[in-house]
Amino acid sequence: MSEGFWGSEWFRLILGLVIVLAFSQLNALFLVWLERKVSGHIQLRPGPMEVGPHGLLQTIADGVKLIGKELILPLQADKKLFFLAPVLVFTPVLVGFLVLPFGPGLVIHDMNVGVLLVFAFSTITVLAILTGGWASNNKYALLGAVRSVAQNVAYEIPLLLAVMSVVLMVHSLSFSQIVESQKTVWFIFIQPLAALIYLIAATAETNRAPFDIPEAESELVAGFHTEYSGMGFGLFFLAEYTNMFIVCAVATSLFLGGWNGLFGISLGIPGVCWFLLKTYFLIFVIMWVRWTFPRVRFDQLMNFSWKVMIPLSLANLVITAIVVKII
Amino acid sequence: MGYFKDIFDGGLSLVEGMGVTVRRLFRPLVTVQYPRKKIPLSSAYRGHIELKIFEETGTHKCIVCLNCEKICPSGVIKVRGEKLKEKGPKTLTGYAIDFSICSLCGLCVEICPTSTLQYSREYELVGETRADCQIDLLERLSKQIEKKSEEKKTQGIAA
Repeated sequence: MSEGFWGSEWFRLILGLVIVLAFSQLNALFLVWLERKVSGHIQLRPGPMEVGPHGLLQTIADGVKLIGKELILPLQADKKLFFLAPVLVFTPVLVGFLVLPFGPGLVIHDMNVGVLLVFAFSTITVLAILTGGWASNNKYALLGAVRSVAQNVAYEIPLLLAVMSVVLMVHSLSFSQIVESQKTVWFIFIQPLAALIYLIAATAETNRAPFDIPEAESELVAGFHTEYSGMGFGLFFLAEYTNMFIVCAVATSLFLGGWNGLFGISLGIPGVCWFLLKTYFLIFVIMWVRWTFPRVRFDQLMNFSWKVMIPLSLANLVITAIVVKII
Repeated sequence: MGYFKDIFDGGLSLVEGMGVTVRRLFRPLVTVQYPRKKIPLSSAYRGHIELKIFEETGTHKCIVCLNCEKICPSGVIKVRGEKLKEKGPKTLTGYAIDFSICSLCGLCVEICPTSTLQYSREYELVGETRADCQIDLLERLSKQIEKKSEEKKTQGIAA
């Protein structure tokens, strides 16, 4: 290997991939633990307590159990698609990490269409869910998958419209430039409506409660991953939590100023810490929402998207465009 | 304008709900980590029956009248006694219960003429076999008496 390799873009990509793979596993382990702790404390119970200090090692024990379990293929299921789906659900999640700006210059590959890339690839998750649900040859799985597609089509529109209003203000699709232009004022103060719509639509995108109807356990057993066992289920689970991180990280860079401190005051805290702090706060908010609200009915979900979210985000986009043009 | 009012009111109620849960997040937990911590038992708790220790005699007052054995609807109680003294009642030589079939009706406690039966405060009743439900009350009583006298001794030393 010549010295050119260590400084090359290839080395950067490989190093980034390794770090991202390790980080996404650790992140999911931590988030599952956090989720159980938050739900526990909201319900006045302590959550996991037995494995490790305050149950910190509980998810590792659960993960080992999942790996040790047998992969069961249902009779008459589509074997190829059945095993392809968990892989397919996890790959686009990894691509999302490629353009996330963790700090100034701390991006694996700074693209000028980063925003577009993240949302283009996050749509593949839906395809994976549909594949898994279809290949399972199970009515609950198929119903869950169909619901997921309908929901994601409905919520992608307000999500992208909310993001567009930010893009219009910055005149760029690059994450680094969007974060750079929030040095003094975060966009959540200029675009509060877009931020709110983004957060709601993102919750629906990641199939989180109260929009978790694709896996509504009280109606559909477990929805699209009913037939998955062992690590097949584990990958879906991992992808859900990693997706949650990506969605919150994107929200942080679009609306909460990314690595910037509040109103340009960084308090001497490094940019990466600001970024992770804000991201995990948003993740906490999403968990908090999950353990507060009951699941919505399917018609309520659709009505809310088409009758409230889309008109509001469209109006927001039009007003933004006019104001940007005038200024 | 009903459209915007609905959105606003709905949003407000959602925020209210989030307020309720975030307040709960910081409230003390109600869970007691059982084997490590225990809470005081309710005074109304009824465990299996046991023989009462009377202060004046230092032991039970069972006269082997067999009332408890006869009234028990499930056949839980087996009492054995022998005529050791020339005058007076029989002496208790065995008092066994099968707690696995006891329905805790309490008739035995009510009928006992010398009120030597009472409900114990035992609640850690886990057993691995059926044999663990067979409890010899007389043996239990002698252990309790031993423990009591030892406590008295240590108290005497302390005083």
